[in-house]
Parts: sequence; C-alpha cells; structure tokens
Amino acid sequence: STWGVLLSYCSIATRLQADRATALYRTSCLPISVFTPVLTHNTVLQYPVTMTSSSGSEHSPGGSRTAVILYRDREEWSDIEPRKQDDGPNPVVSIAYTEKFQDVYDYFRAVLHRDERSERALRLTADAANMNPANYTVWAFRRVILKHLECDLQNELRFIGDMITHHPKNYQVWFHRLKILEWIGEAPGELEFIASVLLLDSKNYHAWQHRQWVIKTFNLWDNELDFVSKLINEDIRNNSAWNQRYFVVSNTKDLGCFNVAAEEMYYALGKIGLAPNNESAWNYLRGVLQSRNLYSFPGLRDGIQELVDREVCSPFLQEFRIDVFEDELELSLENRDAVLDTAKRVLEHLANTLDTIRGKYWNYRYRRIVSRYGGTDI
Amino acid sequence: MNVKDIKLGENLPERLLLDQHIDFIQKYSSKENEYEYTMTEYLRMSGVYWCVTVMELMGALDKMDRSAIIEFVKSCQTAGGAFRPCTGHDPHLLSTLSAIQILITFDAVDEMDQESCVNHIASLQREDGSFTGDRWGEVDTRFTFCAVAALSLLRRLDAIDLERTVAFVMASGNFDGGFGVRPGSETHAGQVYCALGTLGLLGRLGLVDSDRLGWWLCERQLPSGGLNGRPEKLPDVCYSWWVLASLKILNRLHWISKPKLKKYILACQDSETGGFSDRPGDMPDPFHTLFGIAGLSLLGYEKPQLGSVNPIYCMSAVCLMKAGINIPKFKTSS
Repeated sequence: STWGVLLSYCSIATRLQADRATALYRTSCLPISVFTPVLTHNTVLQYPVTMTSSSGSEHSPGGSRTAVILYRDREEWSDIEPRKQDDGPNPVVSIAYTEKFQDVYDYFRAVLHRDERSERALRLTADAANMNPANYTVWAFRRVILKHLECDLQNELRFIGDMITHHPKNYQVWFHRLKILEWIGEAPGELEFIASVLLLDSKNYHAWQHRQWVIKTFNLWDNELDFVSKLINEDIRNNSAWNQRYFVVSNTKDLGCFNVAAEEMYYALGKIGLAPNNESAWNYLRGVLQSRNLYSFPGLRDGIQELVDREVCSPFLQEFRIDVFEDELELSLENRDAVLDTAKRVLEHLANTLDTIRGKYWNYRYRRIVSRYGGTDI
Repeated sequence: MNVKDIKLGENLPERLLLDQHIDFIQKYSSKENEYEYTMTEYLRMSGVYWCVTVMELMGALDKMDRSAIIEFVKSCQTAGGAFRPCTGHDPHLLSTLSAIQILITFDAVDEMDQESCVNHIASLQREDGSFTGDRWGEVDTRFTFCAVAALSLLRRLDAIDLERTVAFVMASGNFDGGFGVRPGSETHAGQVYCALGTLGLLGRLGLVDSDRLGWWLCERQLPSGGLNGRPEKLPDVCYSWWVLASLKILNRLHWISKPKLKKYILACQDSETGGFSDRPGDMPDPFHTLFGIAGLSLLGYEKPQLGSVNPIYCMSAVCLMKAGINIPKFKTSS
C-alpha cells in the first residue's frame, strides 16, 4: 500500500568545491520523512513513497543512476543565474530546502523565468519532475519545450511510462501521457501499458480513467469485455472492473434490448452466487435493470429465490428483495398484505440484526414502503 | 462476512485534542516541517485554505497572520484573473477557488480583481458544459464544482451556462446512483460531493435519486466506523467529509452511525504532534486535520464545540453569513 510515511535515513553525497581538480565528497545523514502529498481526486491526498537509494543517488527514469552533481557546479550551466524562491514581500512562512532540491528548483525557476526552451532545460525538467512529480508547472513547461523542440514523442512516451510506473497515483503524469498521445494521434500498445499498471493496483482510478479515454478516443472497444471479465474473475470485488464492464456494455450494446439486459443479469447473478455479499455485483445487477420492473423481469425472481433458499447471509440480497417487493407492489393488487408483511420483516431484520450500523436507513425504508403501499384504502 | 476494513486498536484518542490541533497547524508552516512544506508548494493555496478554515472552525483564526496571508493570496492572482497556488507556479482553477475561500473567510474578497477572475472562470467552460482546470484542457467534475462554488462566492453565477453545467454533471452520473470524474468514470465519494455541491448551489438537487445515492453513501461506513470512498477500499478520515457532507446536502446525514464514525475520527488524531491522519497510526497533515474537524462539526460534536461548517463550501457558516452569501438551508435535525 502506498499509504503512510516511510522514515528513511538518506545519505546525500555533496561535492565540496574546495578545489575543482580534487573534489571532496561529504556524506550527511538526515532523517527525512519521505512522504509526498499528492493531489488526487478532489484533493484527496495519497502518499506515494519516493525511495532514494542509500548511496544517495536518485534513481532516474531510464534506469541510469545520475550522480548528484549540483547544477551550480556544472560547467554547462555556468551561464545561468539561479533564481531563488520569492515568497513575496511578507513570506507567509520561512522555508529551508534540502540542498539538492533547492539546487534543481533554483535552476528550474531560472529557465522558466527566461522561458528557455532548450535541450538542457528539457533535461532539467526531468530532474525537477523526478524530485517532485506532483509539481504541475514542471510538467506544463516540459510540454512547452517538447512542442518547441519538436521532440521525438515516442521517446517521451517511454519516459512518461517509466514515471507512471514509479508514481502510478499521481495526476500529472497521467495527464502528461494523455497530452503526448493526443499529439501523436495514435496509441498502439497503450491498453497493454495500462494493463501493466493495473497489475500493480487493479483499482488505480487514474489508470482506469485513462483507459476509458484511450478506448473512446482511439476506438479500441474490441477486446475490452474480455479484459474486464478476466479482471473480475481475478478479483470479484473489484469495483473499478465492474464499472468498466458497464462502460463497455453501455457503449457497445443496447441495454434497452431485452437480450442484452438478460445476459448481463445472468452474468451478475452468476458472480453474486460466488460471492453473495459483493456490493459491486449487486449495484451492477440493479444498474443493468434500472429502467425495468424487477418483479416482472424474466429470470430475476428465480435467481433471487435461489439465493434465499441457500440461506445466503447478505444485507445486499435482502435489500434487493425489498426492491423486488416494491416493484411487485407497484404492479399487482394480489397478495399485497402478504408481500408488505414479508418486506417489513426483512427490513426489521436488517435494522435490528443483519446490518445494524445502517439501522436508521432500514427504518426509513420501512416507513417508506408502508407509506407508499401500506394504506388500507387503496 | 469478509469486509475490507481496519481494526481500531487499543489506547486510541477518545476525546478531541483541540489545543494540540491548533498547535499542529501553527507549527505546520514552520521550520520543523521544511521538506514536506517545500514539496507541497504546488498546492500551497489549497494548503493555506485548509489551515485557515480549520483554525476558524476551532476558534483560533486570530492565530493566523491575516495580513500576510491576504498579501500572499493577492500576489498569486495573475493578470488573466486566475490564481497560482504559489509564486512561480501556473495558475489553476483549484487554487483559484481556494484563494477566494481564504479571502471570504478573512472578509477581504474586495481585495482581489473579481471581474477578471469571473471572466477567466467563464472562459474555462466547454460546449458540453464541463470545465477545464486551465488551458491544458483536463476535464473533471471537481473543476465544475470549483467553478460554480467560486462564482457563487463572487455572486456571479450569471457568467456561465448553468443548464449545460447541470447537464454535464448529470452526464457524469452512474448506474449505481453516484458520480465520477467524467461520464463513464467510476463513482467515487469525492466526485459525489462535487456533483452534489454543484447541484445544491444551483438548486437542482431534485434531479438526484436521493434515496438511492444516500444509500450508496451510507454503505461507505465500515464496521470500524470509518468511511471509505468506494466499495472494497479502506476507510480514510477525509471521507468523513466527502461522504458526510454529501449526506448532509441530501438531508440524510442520520443514515450513518454517528457514534461509530465519531469514534473513528477521534482515533485518527495524533496525540503526540496533534493533527489528524487518514487512519490511526499514520502521519497527520493539515488536509486530514481539516476534514476530521469538519466531519466532527457536521456530527455536532460538543465539548469543546466546533464552529458550524457549511457542507457545500466546507467553510465556516459564520464567515459565509458575514459575507452575505445566500446559502441553501439545511435542516438542522439531520
């Protein structure tokens, strides 16, 4: 899990410039809490842990280890005056930076200010992004440079793919990849790439969203139902996969057509039979039948009754029975009292025994069904 | 029944450690947290909004440097009207909303250029009613909420096409009754909040099946008492806000077990440093501190009493009233 903080002791190799010919290396050990709040959906913060190796060099995308030579010590950057962070006339806070971070970002601010769209600036944005992949402005400026230099976008795809593998829950890297694909105009191998990220976390919201964009934009629907079915087989409770199934079915078939709805109903019932307390499957079942009367839809009552006969223990099953009872009461005048009585008992059981944490909700459903269908003067 | 959840351990905080949280927020921007503070520069404006709002709810806003913060906010407004999260960073709708929220809280909204800001926000609306965050074109119902909330705080909802705004929100509605980032995206509690906040501000909650969505929301409560953001995920204290505020907007807050949620939220406090974390034992931060406190406020926590929080804006109700913002009424009983 990427939640939580890893306290790591990093040794940072710092090159002292006492003598350019003979550089001395000093290592300092600092405890650094290496958590990076990342802005995700609705400002939900997640904490991808950025590992720095104990020898002090950052692992950069592409596999090579870059030695930590500060930008201020690099010959090829000697023409640039680094730009310190300006917090305005009255800085809200006093900030001290770690030396390496400060160095990279001082130079980044300089090239940003100069609007320098060069090769070396491009490499600098890679360093800056590596250190703080959630920094939106770094990615935005990188795109400006890429456009200006007319860079090889396949290269960039490889670069951003590597970044995503290291920071899969970061908004900016996924959006950057989307823009590159937009510029390229095609996305061969993209579904395979996303599948590889989903292997790391099958519920990664960014990955699924990106996948939907790719499928819609490049019309890659053909194999998606198979892919989704495979994922549901691997983890029957994967809500993202169930959502994807609805996405595919609703875009490639017509749920208004009886056969389509029936097929999806049987699919959902089959999975419910395997894991009866799986919220995703029940939501899906209700979803594919949403505009229909549950009582009269062929095969549904039998499927539900089978679960009841098996004495399956599941609040979702009981809730669904209520939905069916309500549709029955909606339709027919026969057995009203009996149906209502059964429904009331189920709801009491839910409130008092089976799902007490939501007791107030079940009591509401009780009052609702009584007020809608319980009047003696019909 | 096997449910993905955490187990609340022993010896977790059971009462509100208010003074420690005040202390935590004050210290957050100080030298002790340099690295994290630096790394989060790109969301500084939102960070300030979280700190300012939670301090106000805790009755300690006077401990924040009002004039310095206002200067900072003003310095982040661009000529185009939008706000940067911090100097040197690109402006964005997210930081624009946070900036306005900060200024309203400090009763200083006249110190910004409202006209250019309104025009900028309006320019971000697309044909289908959605909003992008900036010129790069990312679309998200979060940005819809940011745009509508920002414009309503500036009393300029007239600047955008409201019908299309609503149409896009409803198009992002899903088969389970919830809402996602865009049409087709998985329902997520945070996006539900953004959708309901938007519809609430525009008086269109009637479009929502409140019973169905209210049920999805109260199903977020796990045996530990905490709330998750979608099925089969772990609880997180920030969902005490997204889910709870959503239920409040739907007048169905009583559908979750208040005592169990309260216990979970209190357990997420860090008794050593102050502040709240996502779940017990993890590192605290201002984000989770705000939403833990705001959640407790919605639950009507007393001893000590917290400031009343508006469930749509996640801002102090008192500050909104002082600013003369007409907000939809919410039944106090739920």
